[in-house]
Amino acid sequence: MMIMVNILGLLLIALIVYWFWIYREKDTQVSENSVLILVENGIYQPSRITFRTGQPFTLNFKRIDESPCAAMLLIPALEISQELTLGKITPLELPALEKGEYEFHCQMQMYRGTLIVEK
Amino acid sequence: MNNSEEVCEHNTLSLTTELLIEGAGCASCVGKIENALNSLEDVESATMNFAERIVTVEGTASTEQLISAVEIAGYNAKVIQLNAESERLDEKEKADGKYYRKMMREMTIALSLGIPLMIYGMFIGEMTVNTNLERLGWLIVGVLTFAVMYFSGRHFYIGAWKSFKNHSANMDTLIALGTATAWLYSMVVVFVPHVVPDMARHVYFEATAMIIGLINLGLALEVKARGKTSEAIKRLIGLQPKTAEVIRDGKSIEIKIEQVLLEDIVRVKPGEKVPVDGIVCEGHTAIDESMLTGEPMPVEKKVGDEVVAGTINKSGSILFKATRVGKDTALAQIINMVKRAQNSKPPIGRLADVIAAYFVPSVMIISVVSALIWLNFGPQPAVAFAVVSATTVLIIACPCALGLATPMSVMVGVGKAAEAGVLIRNGEALQTASKITAMILDKTGTITLGAPKVTDVITIEGVEEAEVLQLAASLEAGSEHPLALAIVDSAKERGLEILKVERFEAIAGHGVKANCSGLTLLFGNPKLMRQNEVEIEPFEIEAQDLANEAKTPMYFAVNGKLTALIAVADPIKEDSDAAIKRLQNNGIRVVMLTGDNLATAQAVANKVGISEVFADVLPEDKVEKVKQLQMENEIVGMTGDGINDAPALAMANVGFAIGTGTDVAIESADVTLMRGSLHGLADAIAVSKATLRNIKQNLFGAFIYNVAGIPFAAGILYPFFGLLLSPVIAGAAMAFSSLTVVTNANRLRLFKPAKN
Repeated sequence: MMIMVNILGLLLIALIVYWFWIYREKDTQVSENSVLILVENGIYQPSRITFRTGQPFTLNFKRIDESPCAAMLLIPALEISQELTLGKITPLELPALEKGEYEFHCQMQMYRGTLIVEK
Repeated sequence: MNNSEEVCEHNTLSLTTELLIEGAGCASCVGKIENALNSLEDVESATMNFAERIVTVEGTASTEQLISAVEIAGYNAKVIQLNAESERLDEKEKADGKYYRKMMREMTIALSLGIPLMIYGMFIGEMTVNTNLERLGWLIVGVLTFAVMYFSGRHFYIGAWKSFKNHSANMDTLIALGTATAWLYSMVVVFVPHVVPDMARHVYFEATAMIIGLINLGLALEVKARGKTSEAIKRLIGLQPKTAEVIRDGKSIEIKIEQVLLEDIVRVKPGEKVPVDGIVCEGHTAIDESMLTGEPMPVEKKVGDEVVAGTINKSGSILFKATRVGKDTALAQIINMVKRAQNSKPPIGRLADVIAAYFVPSVMIISVVSALIWLNFGPQPAVAFAVVSATTVLIIACPCALGLATPMSVMVGVGKAAEAGVLIRNGEALQTASKITAMILDKTGTITLGAPKVTDVITIEGVEEAEVLQLAASLEAGSEHPLALAIVDSAKERGLEILKVERFEAIAGHGVKANCSGLTLLFGNPKLMRQNEVEIEPFEIEAQDLANEAKTPMYFAVNGKLTALIAVADPIKEDSDAAIKRLQNNGIRVVMLTGDNLATAQAVANKVGISEVFADVLPEDKVEKVKQLQMENEIVGMTGDGINDAPALAMANVGFAIGTGTDVAIESADVTLMRGSLHGLADAIAVSKATLRNIKQNLFGAFIYNVAGIPFAAGILYPFFGLLLSPVIAGAAMAFSSLTVVTNANRLRLFKPAKN
């Protein structure tokens, strides 16, 4: 009986490791020059967004989440911090970026997302 | 028409309005909307950007007319506020207020079940299930607890589920798992008590209800406290008036501030706030700029002077021409910079960030491990112990305190500095400023006023003072060096005409050379004279005497012969002495740097109590001096006026630019002092030290809390003292840990830098 319980516990740990750390969400390819990102229930959706280099683009954040944690959006690599107004779309115009990954998150890094800029 | 009226040429009566269009799904809508707007009589042009759904309308039509035209065409439209900061802030306050009330309501519901249950468990009866009557009673309580979970805790479960589906975990995940585990276990005990050992037939409904209530209370109080951290920004935003009186087509009209255009003529009456930046073109007044610069004395403004948005007109009515509007005003840039800095993190907070990112799944793993250890090695009832410890670990761990420790302090600290007229560019500058051990001060414009005046003109026999001044001024007319301006001003004051010069050559760090009226003129320091083989002996003693009086002597030679000595003195700022003492009292090594000669530099240094002087430094060598101090293991702050000091400012660990709040090179330095006083330096360092101390307290608290709290919750004390933490206590601790961090950060608002 205890062996079963222990195996279950270990499986649970493996599941946590896989689900939260190893698994990577599919990238959302964006062909237009803007994308709508919903801020709802503790997450950004989509949270991995792929753009092409050499073109400026707009991230339209729509905050539905009323938790104050969702209010601030930061993109540290670009020195951007933006207050997201509840229930409204907050557009964030970005210049053409160099190839690379740019993380965006809330102040406490509980809401997280990545911009992937490809050639 | 006099000169001032020419400058005050009025603008035509045209407005730009931007509308956000809703319901325009296809590109063909563009033509329909544009046509509908263009057909209005008072519209000059309407163009729509389909991608952004924004239509830009030029003309005098009112926004109501425009919106109604769009609606008739079958779409919805609303005005875009270009400068909607204050509205956004209002909305945020409203949303925060709503959230606060909601959390308080949910807290009341949860605690009105949790508290009686807890009192029952502690003082009245056992929370165990042994008889059928008890099963029925606890079943009813279980259903009531479920109702609490639904009404008061729904947001945790939905949040947790949505983030789980997205492979992310947050605070909701921990609370949802903790409370759900306690409730599910209790329901198992109620429904199928025989699957758990007799001793473990304990229910934890009170824990679920209490945790939900306490966390909601914590969130409510946190949102209140958070609002206070952005007070500095609120104050800055509140400086800008909502409307402006402009003169178009000779008519005076009151328009929204977003509609003020470049080159509009704006009227500001006494007592009113300046709405945008501009240049006075009629009238004179005194303007209170203290809100931006911290300088208490009102500043006189006459035709040609610059006025800045957000400042208050004290005495006369003025007209000015708008030179910067909307997001380009100095105030808007200051607000932007403060906001950006408030959300940047100093390096000290990065470790906490890394930990916060992996925190929640790690806590979940620790919770499982803790349960397994209890099940394998714990005393009976092991199952109950396992459930309690797993739940408590989940509940006590608080990613919020860790995540909020740094940003909350930075937010208050940067805002506090802005209130003192100090703009800190980012968190890194804030942290480094707190560690500065040596401060290099440029002399001209930093220690001194930067407005030198000619004090002495000594000529050789047979040469007139006026003649020398005229030639010297003609030579310097093209230069923007403060000393050159002093010579030119002095010549103008005496009504001397500026002559045309040829073959002008400026030799950096030495002086200038040119031909004028057939004469070859040289004007500069001894180095320049020596290079051109001009004997300076005749005036060397006089030059030394002038330098000892803190004046800058400059040699003037005509056709290779020394003709005159002109001395210029730059008055020392009234409070430089006191501010430098403040820096020295804080253990900072203060060094003066100047292109001026050693004797003058030494005389100024003596007056302000500086013992180390780098004199005769060429602009390009300033960087070397910064490096030299850095080689001596000093953390170097460099203060300059931001123009020729730019490379040295960049090389220093922290560059401080002295601005005036108007033409500030806001982006060029790590820290910008909006007023000229060097007290700003000491204030900046004091605020950064206080902020860093606050961050350290917060991080220490958050780390200790989590590092100590988690093993404590897992039951590490049980083998030694028989103690196991209750999940309710863990819930209270979690709820108040982030509140503690925010409250501690708010303490910074009361910080006042010492004035000595």
